[in-house]
Amino acid sequence: MSKVLHSVDEAIRLLEIKDGMTVSFHHHLRNGDYVLNTVMAAIANAGIKNIKVNASSLFDVHEPLLDHIRNGVVTDIETAYMGAKIGSAISHGILQNPVTFRTHGSRGAVIANGTSPVDVAFIAAPTSDEMGNCTGKTGKSACGSLGYAFADAQYAKHVVIITDNLIKEPLENPSITGERVDYVVEMESIGNPAGIVSGTTRITRDPVGLVMASYAARIIEASGLLKDGMSFQTGAGGASLAAAKYLKDIMLEKKIKGSFGLGGITGYLVDMQKEGCFEELRDVQCFDLNAVESIRTNPNHKEISAIEYASPFNAEAAVNKLDVVILGATEVDTDFNVNVHTDSNGSIMGGSGGHSDTAAGAKLAMIIAPLLRARLSIVSDKVSCISTPGNTVDVLVTQQGIAVNPKREDLKQRLLDARLPVVDIHELKDRAQKIAGVPAPLVTGDRTVANVVYRDGTIIDTIKNLVT
Amino acid sequence: MKLVKSAVAGTLESNDVFVEIEPAENIDIEIESIVFAQFGDDIRTSVEDVLNEMGVKGAKVALNDHGALDCVIRARLETAVLRASEV
Amino acid sequence: MRRSMLFMPGNNAGMLLNADFLCADSIILDLEDAVSTAEKDAARILVRNAVRTLEYSRSEVIVRINPLDSPFFESDINEIVQVAPSMLMLPKVSCAEDVIIYDEYVSKAEKKCGMEKGSVKFIPLIETALGVENAYKICSAHERVTAVLLGAEDLSADLGCKRTKGGAEIAYSRGRIVCAAKAAKVACYDTPFTDVNDDEGLKVDAQVAKSLGFTGKAAISPRHVAAINEVFSPTMQEIEYAAEVLRTIKKAKEEGLGVVSLRGKMIDAPIVARAQQVIEAAKELGVDIDE
Repeated sequence: MSKVLHSVDEAIRLLEIKDGMTVSFHHHLRNGDYVLNTVMAAIANAGIKNIKVNASSLFDVHEPLLDHIRNGVVTDIETAYMGAKIGSAISHGILQNPVTFRTHGSRGAVIANGTSPVDVAFIAAPTSDEMGNCTGKTGKSACGSLGYAFADAQYAKHVVIITDNLIKEPLENPSITGERVDYVVEMESIGNPAGIVSGTTRITRDPVGLVMASYAARIIEASGLLKDGMSFQTGAGGASLAAAKYLKDIMLEKKIKGSFGLGGITGYLVDMQKEGCFEELRDVQCFDLNAVESIRTNPNHKEISAIEYASPFNAEAAVNKLDVVILGATEVDTDFNVNVHTDSNGSIMGGSGGHSDTAAGAKLAMIIAPLLRARLSIVSDKVSCISTPGNTVDVLVTQQGIAVNPKREDLKQRLLDARLPVVDIHELKDRAQKIAGVPAPLVTGDRTVANVVYRDGTIIDTIKNLVT
Repeated sequence: MKLVKSAVAGTLESNDVFVEIEPAENIDIEIESIVFAQFGDDIRTSVEDVLNEMGVKGAKVALNDHGALDCVIRARLETAVLRASEV
Repeated sequence: MRRSMLFMPGNNAGMLLNADFLCADSIILDLEDAVSTAEKDAARILVRNAVRTLEYSRSEVIVRINPLDSPFFESDINEIVQVAPSMLMLPKVSCAEDVIIYDEYVSKAEKKCGMEKGSVKFIPLIETALGVENAYKICSAHERVTAVLLGAEDLSADLGCKRTKGGAEIAYSRGRIVCAAKAAKVACYDTPFTDVNDDEGLKVDAQVAKSLGFTGKAAISPRHVAAINEVFSPTMQEIEYAAEVLRTIKKAKEEGLGVVSLRGKMIDAPIVARAQQVIEAAKELGVDIDE
């Protein structure tokens, strides 16, 4: 009997998806993804209600989800990241049950250990054979790593592969093997290439971003961690990438060979690896075409799962071997707690992703952000939402100075010795408020619209509804 | 200072404010801002301050603010008032 | 110390907000070329408010006002002097009389807001052929003049020649201005390098300027600041040698020796003077010195 089906509707019927079940999706097709919307439309058409959607991330492209919420098709959401469009609707209370936010690492872990079971995983795959052996490395919708889908493929009760490149011959070196796959559905197109990966990710030309990036590289140099075997992760933000460029210059000049570059991988990390800054790349997600090309052709560019990347229950997780991570923030408080979930008006526009996983694991967790965005200070007395707890954050880099967590007196001394502009975090807050004024406190309702679950399973914070 | 014509000052760029002003019987202030929730009241106070300091008794003022600091808001409004009072 | 002097457009609110954090020793808030005629009024009010409230402390504040032949310079002086920038940059200065005229207006403005006369210093911008020929007179025209800047873009237009990266067309002017400034005991700074994407060319150009006697260089892009700072900072080798010179001199004095030598070379007054300059610069940069 063939696993190949002609439509998602058929898969829904054959798997007897019914009210109250949980379906899951990965986000490697990012803002180009067609699969989640197609599957949810089919579920709605079938008249099924009370579905829980467990997606590794939700982007603006998934806005049709809001109609499914209004119509009672979707009544629960679990995710690690949520774009501003869906986030705003959630913040305004569209969903009765609070959203469960997890981290990338713990999402994989709780799917695996049964805390958050998945009935059917719908896995978008840029190439699959008829058995469901599949990969993200080839095909017209190639996205590179499928790292966030591995737990779904391995632990969901049922697995459906959805592809727009179905091949006849058995796929060699699949990322996900077909033995647990129930069905393979062929679709005209699983995603819009323009939204899947960016052509190239560029470093910032913003002078303030470059100043911060240069501080970040000098902090790494001064930290004592810059030596052979160093491991490194950075985000795809302009200033973070610029920091990677400055770091690369230092590593090449000092002939330092690191062990691995980790996480979401960009062309910049690919170049660093090629030029000898790292032995290998461990890739849970590709951000641009260079990264996709590299993971396809470079044996030292390795695909890893969310569990290998960052599971809190896996002592061998890569984040636990991470020396340095550079992260962003929308808000940091004087206890170094970081908010990456909500914007300045309290509206959801993000999520932890791997933020708190890497901060917890890395020896040096660095937040890089300008002190003022428009008129708003990055530093406040208390963040409106704790995404990453302050005791896992070591240093905040702004253009106006570098604040070191008091628990890292050793690091502070090293930065002072390197003549970096170290300031107390309270002083940064005072400076910002002196220039910009003291913002009126955020007014929220008292209904919880999302629970932020930390990687250890505890609810670290709740997000309240917005009344305006 | 008496306004004799309408005038504008500032830009719609980030960290700046675009001010439109015209002569009117009374003071009428309209504020649109990306940081209205946090600084709406402060912005209104600054506008009233500047108009008062410059002796403007009648003006219709509209601000489109993209996160300008207080000193920028005051500068742009002062410029607009001076431009509107030039004969 | 002014190794790097960064031009910032005076009517750009966003850039003024961060002007202080780009690691430039001085920032030149520009009311002249970077501001269109229609926005001159807006820029001078914006710069006045920014200097008054943003408390720039990491970079020295210089404001470039409009030239004497424009209808703007008097208003510029009246608005800007009251917020006490450390210097006014005077554009298109061609003779000592220009400086004297600016001084009259600035003195009036200082008096009006109760400031001590002479507290605002001048940095004339020499950017005409006549200005180059009058360089010494300009440098010594008034005690407010504490530095001069060479402006090669307007100058090469005045000279009727093309501006090149090699800078042969301004070689004479550079030499002349350095000599005039040293004779008048004021500081002199080199013209900006205008190719924002040629990092190597910038370094070479800055090194040429340093070798001629300039102690710093203006910049039109924040991206140039780091390289300029590096070129115009003393090297560790220079600092160590200078410290050794001073230690040797000190020891000789204690021992009552008249003539001293170091590494087989007699240490004379110019060597000591140069060593003192290097050590002062090093101290400003926060280098630990073994005295």
